[in-house]
Amino acid sequence: MNMKEIILCYQGEMVLKGLNKASFESTLAKILRYRVKSCGNFKVYRAQSTMYIEPLDEFADVDEAYRRVSKVFGLAALSRAVVCDKNFETICETAEAYLGDALRGVKTFKVEAKRSDKTFPMKSPELCAELGGYLLSKHPHLRVKVKDPQMTVMVEIRDYGAYIHGPKTPGAGGLPVGTSGRALNMLSGGIDSPVAAYRMARRGLALHHIHFASPPYTSERAKMKVHSLAQIVSGYTGNCVLYVVPYTAPQEYIRDHAPDVLFTVLMRRSMMRIASRIAHEIECDAIITGESLAQVASQTLKALQCTDCAQDLPILRPLIGMDKSEITETARAIGTFETSILPYEDCCTIFTPPHPKTKPSVEEILEAEAAMPGLAELEEKAAAEVERIAVRQNEPVELL
Amino acid sequence: MLHDPNIHYLDNAATTMVNPEVIETITKAMAEHWANPSSLYTPGAHSELALNKARADVARTLGATAGEVYFTGCGSEGNNLAILGAARTRKWGKRIVCTGFEHPSVALPMQRLAQEGYDVQFVAPEADGHLNVDKMLELVDKNTILVAAMQVNNETGTAVDVARLAAGVKARNDRTAVHVDGVQAWMRVPVRLANIDSYSVSGHKIHAPKGIGALYLRKGYHIEPPYLGGGQEKGMRPGTENLPYAIGMAKAATLLSRTLPQRHKTLVELNTRLREGLKQFPEVTLNSPEDAVPEVLNFSLNVIRSETMLHHLETMGVYVSSGSACSKGAASHTLTAMGLETRRIDTAIRASFCADNTPEDVDALLEGLKTGLATLSRIR
Repeated sequence: MNMKEIILCYQGEMVLKGLNKASFESTLAKILRYRVKSCGNFKVYRAQSTMYIEPLDEFADVDEAYRRVSKVFGLAALSRAVVCDKNFETICETAEAYLGDALRGVKTFKVEAKRSDKTFPMKSPELCAELGGYLLSKHPHLRVKVKDPQMTVMVEIRDYGAYIHGPKTPGAGGLPVGTSGRALNMLSGGIDSPVAAYRMARRGLALHHIHFASPPYTSERAKMKVHSLAQIVSGYTGNCVLYVVPYTAPQEYIRDHAPDVLFTVLMRRSMMRIASRIAHEIECDAIITGESLAQVASQTLKALQCTDCAQDLPILRPLIGMDKSEITETARAIGTFETSILPYEDCCTIFTPPHPKTKPSVEEILEAEAAMPGLAELEEKAAAEVERIAVRQNEPVELL
Repeated sequence: MLHDPNIHYLDNAATTMVNPEVIETITKAMAEHWANPSSLYTPGAHSELALNKARADVARTLGATAGEVYFTGCGSEGNNLAILGAARTRKWGKRIVCTGFEHPSVALPMQRLAQEGYDVQFVAPEADGHLNVDKMLELVDKNTILVAAMQVNNETGTAVDVARLAAGVKARNDRTAVHVDGVQAWMRVPVRLANIDSYSVSGHKIHAPKGIGALYLRKGYHIEPPYLGGGQEKGMRPGTENLPYAIGMAKAATLLSRTLPQRHKTLVELNTRLREGLKQFPEVTLNSPEDAVPEVLNFSLNVIRSETMLHHLETMGVYVSSGSACSKGAASHTLTAMGLETRRIDTAIRASFCADNTPEDVDALLEGLKTGLATLSRIR
């Protein structure tokens, strides 16, 4: 049987929004439209709190569209549904063809019906009972269980046709990207920073990435790795720009002019200043980092205090209270882990002293910076020479 | 390089640039020999003829007959085929003897055989990079089914006396098979196949493209191929033959075989120039032995990590490798097997030449090392 499948997307917490709900919904619709655009011809429309994604021809790749939409923030759940004629016989046959396999795997089920087209001759309870009876006759092992069944067969009679829903799967949750503003994410190439980007995008932030490269200490492959990570995360965050700062000169300057034990914190501050400068230029209102409290010497409370006061934008640290194991779990779930552990040296690990100071004070940091009069100029130059790499979500390229 | 003075490609042990004449030959072959060599009609017969001509050309450069040469996809495939195939057919013994600095395409099949219950003995190289052939021969007994060695090591250029090894093995046990990995040796040092049962070579180390290689199997020597298929290459390597590349590899080999003595002279000059030039850096220690082949020179900077120096040299158009190109930055297995200290391994650089390199390439490398040693951050 040739069945036309559509995708139903159920909105998440944004349904609780008040007067500005419409703007959330239109952003979500725009994101969904863009996301499925390269999977074929689709129509995306909204009815009540549900978004419908309907393929317009048989070439549209519904499987790929479903995979992409399952990464769109703002959706609590997704399901597929099949559309058929509003005729009881057809509904029964379609339900059996579409859900028969799934019903073979469960023991209890129920049928739910919604009839918004009141011209349909059967009332909802009648339709439930009759369709349930039909399915029971096909699957004698099933039992009807109204409370907490293993599977619910949902039928909707709408103006255009009858919809038979498949099982619901969880959506990506959160809020549509872009509804909370824009921030700049510091992407190092490690495990944490892509997870930080994911978590903040989930709260509705649109974001761009900034990466610090120090050739010849870091290689072209390290940059490709970061590009690849940005590409993977873009499935969640949407299109963005990866800013690559040529950081060799400031880094060497700090190494040559600062006390060894303070090197890491001074470098973090310098990176923050450059990030902040670029963030202001591209109108980002915060900086995101993947820092987790006390994970390394530069992430102790004292060290964070020192990095915080280097510039004026708020610093968002979504992973601050998370364990490495939790971060790793998320990295695996969003598909960045395998790329993150590729063994290319990044800018954070070169020149690091064997015993960095874990409790630096702001005074000694400022003193050390006062001894580096040439740093500001090098930072300015690095920020001016930044390379912009466009990252497109609909390109399934993995560079490494 | 001869054709472009701005490129100083000194990583010819990783791969070589394809000779323009070879490119032309391949392009022509692709258009001309479109038919499957196994097809019965005339164009198919012409393809088969061209394939066998290429086979004869490759055989000539190895001192073998055409019937002893089988085309493969690469050197690694030849090694796997020879080693796994030899073990599969020799049920009468369990011992295998192998050098401790083999390429992974030999070392890993050996490890797999060891897991399957074979008694695989690895003989590590000496600290000076040499391999003691006698140590290998001592391990050959009546139960030894296979002895494998590479003729030229890919990382240090150490040449193994495979002729003596093969003769010694056969004197101790004439049923023992001898496999030689000749990927780095073919067209660089003279090849003598006496007493050797299988010998693998690769196209992309001799200015032919990647994706083609050959395996020599001595007439009368039988191994059981691990893959089965349409019977091409006498069933040894099934799959429709890569005819254009086979023709290209034959062309490249033929061109090079005519110039072996002149090229050797050029390479010795380049190698000496680099060895002399390195003397200005007191930090540098050589990892290649004195009598290594002139194509390869491995040395350690001891103060700057290989990868950092490599990327620094890259900015000046000088391309070298740290360890071998296959392992993308992992610690060199040859230097590790030699028992060198970690710092020396982490700072190792391999320069490898071809005859298209010029003294200017060596000078560019030395200049790059000089600026690098002066400016780059040293290991603490």
